[in-house]
Amino acid sequence: MDIKSMKNYLYWLFCQFELITCSYLMEPWEKLLFYTFNITMLVMLLYTAYIFVPLHISTAFQFFLRLVGNQHENTVSIVK
Amino acid sequence: INHIVHNGGLYKRPFNEAFEETPMLVAVLTYVGYGVLTLFGYLRDFMRQWKIEKCQNATEREEQKDFVPLYQDFENFYNRNLYMRIRDSWNRPICSVPGAKVDMMERVSHDYNWTFTYTGRVIKDVINMGSYNYLGFAQKAGTCQEAAAKVLSQYGAGVCSTRQEMGNLDKHEELEKLVARFLGVESAMAYGMGFATNSMNIPALVGKGCLILSDELNHASLVLGARLSGATIRIFKHNNMQSLEKLLKDAIVHGQPRTRRPWKKILILVEGIYSMEGSIVRLPEVIALKKKYKSYLYLDEAHSIGALGPGGRGVVEYFGLSPEDVDVMMGTFTKSFGAAGGYIGGKKELIDYLRTYSHSAVYATSLSPPVVEQIITSMKCIMGEDGTTVGKARVQQLAENTRYFRRRLKEMGFIIYGNEDSPVVPLMLYMPAKIGAFGREMLKRNIGVVVVGFPATPIIESRARFCLSAAHTKEMLDTALKEINEVGDLLQLKYSRHRLVPLLDRPFDETTYEETED
Repeated sequence: MDIKSMKNYLYWLFCQFELITCSYLMEPWEKLLFYTFNITMLVMLLYTAYIFVPLHISTAFQFFLRLVGNQHENTVSIVK
Repeated sequence: INHIVHNGGLYKRPFNEAFEETPMLVAVLTYVGYGVLTLFGYLRDFMRQWKIEKCQNATEREEQKDFVPLYQDFENFYNRNLYMRIRDSWNRPICSVPGAKVDMMERVSHDYNWTFTYTGRVIKDVINMGSYNYLGFAQKAGTCQEAAAKVLSQYGAGVCSTRQEMGNLDKHEELEKLVARFLGVESAMAYGMGFATNSMNIPALVGKGCLILSDELNHASLVLGARLSGATIRIFKHNNMQSLEKLLKDAIVHGQPRTRRPWKKILILVEGIYSMEGSIVRLPEVIALKKKYKSYLYLDEAHSIGALGPGGRGVVEYFGLSPEDVDVMMGTFTKSFGAAGGYIGGKKELIDYLRTYSHSAVYATSLSPPVVEQIITSMKCIMGEDGTTVGKARVQQLAENTRYFRRRLKEMGFIIYGNEDSPVVPLMLYMPAKIGAFGREMLKRNIGVVVVGFPATPIIESRARFCLSAAHTKEMLDTALKEINEVGDLLQLKYSRHRLVPLLDRPFDETTYEETED
């Protein structure tokens, strides 16, 4: 029964989305237009994230590593 | 947040009024919803302009396209694109007496609410939470109906004249004496239409050179009457006595705008119960201010007469004040008495003046005789003069229903506006799609509610307004509450962040120490 309650919950979530964005009130062709637009935007966002996020994270990681590494070298030289 | 105000002992009982603030997320999402609908509205208007879609609303004729546009303003845009989508929740035809339960004609629309067709089916026994039937006098059987039927066979239905010409029946004189006795004033006068009572009598009382101080949320009839009179109108914040006092002080100190002469009259316009908010006017404070600054008070008791006070005499009795302090007591017979029309009560000189100078007395047809008899019978019933305790029982039943219903709704977690004792219960919906959804879902579950949206309320504060009645039994209220709970969970309407844990009615257990938990 977990699948069924999960499906009910997802359907309820979809109804809330419909109510908040007022697509509950739209005619079918307006709904089609609206959902197409939304899904297109979402897919583009996810694709951009997929391409660029690993690159950004590795750059940021290297930057912080270099910063910490410099600090470590500086403190080591003073102690010596 | 409950305000319990005891302003220097003016109030003999606690005054619990609450208007919970709109949660930020809900406000943002409401604007998002309206934004999406506005964009689609522009798209549809574009398609209608370029003939891609058939135009079903009113437009100017071809020859008049170059004139000043008639349908370009926001009101008409709203009407075409937002109101039409949820129009099926309003103007629903009913086909029985609007008592505690009502029969409705079922209708469907095949072109998204532009036209409706009747399926022929009648939805029976819909629990009626929308009629202003506070004391349950909207009945088709009983003493009121029998008396009205007798008078109908005696006098007929039409009067065919105005009050000043041939329309002054002995029934009207009897009614006016009864109304004066009911209210505790010297004299009263009755008119055929409640709206017209306000809009036609305020111009007779004030004119140019007078000042009207009117509440922010006054009814359209009061606003129209004030504008027609030609007096200067100043608005004070809703039920806010500091704002009213500031305006009174400024008026007395500075006088009229250009000439600095003193105002001829200062009239304060307030209502007993405000029907969109469910709030009750702070009458003791208003009367104290009125006496201090020597101005006049016009109290519109349309919703509060019969519904408040231990004897049903209205908001003056509710606060334990004397009716002599209010200069003009106005009310309607539509709500608690199950009839139609309005009245004005006050001192004898005032009412004699109004009999001659009121527009309604000179030009409007007087009340119809069976309606007058309905008012007389119901008023005698409330006062207890017909020999039974039915009236008193109804007033008490209404008070019990009010407290029970409001408490249960607050416990469930809905945002409810207004005073604890007012039988008008607004439940906040906020989002435009939920307005339509709430109306439809409640009708599916056989409960008829009134939902209110933009022009009558601010644009993000749309609400569902329940009007309780003495005719509602506890079982009906329980059924309604169960369905409201279900629909509230389905549509996620439980926005309240202050959950009151009741101490009195639940059996005490160790966990319920505090009265409020945030």
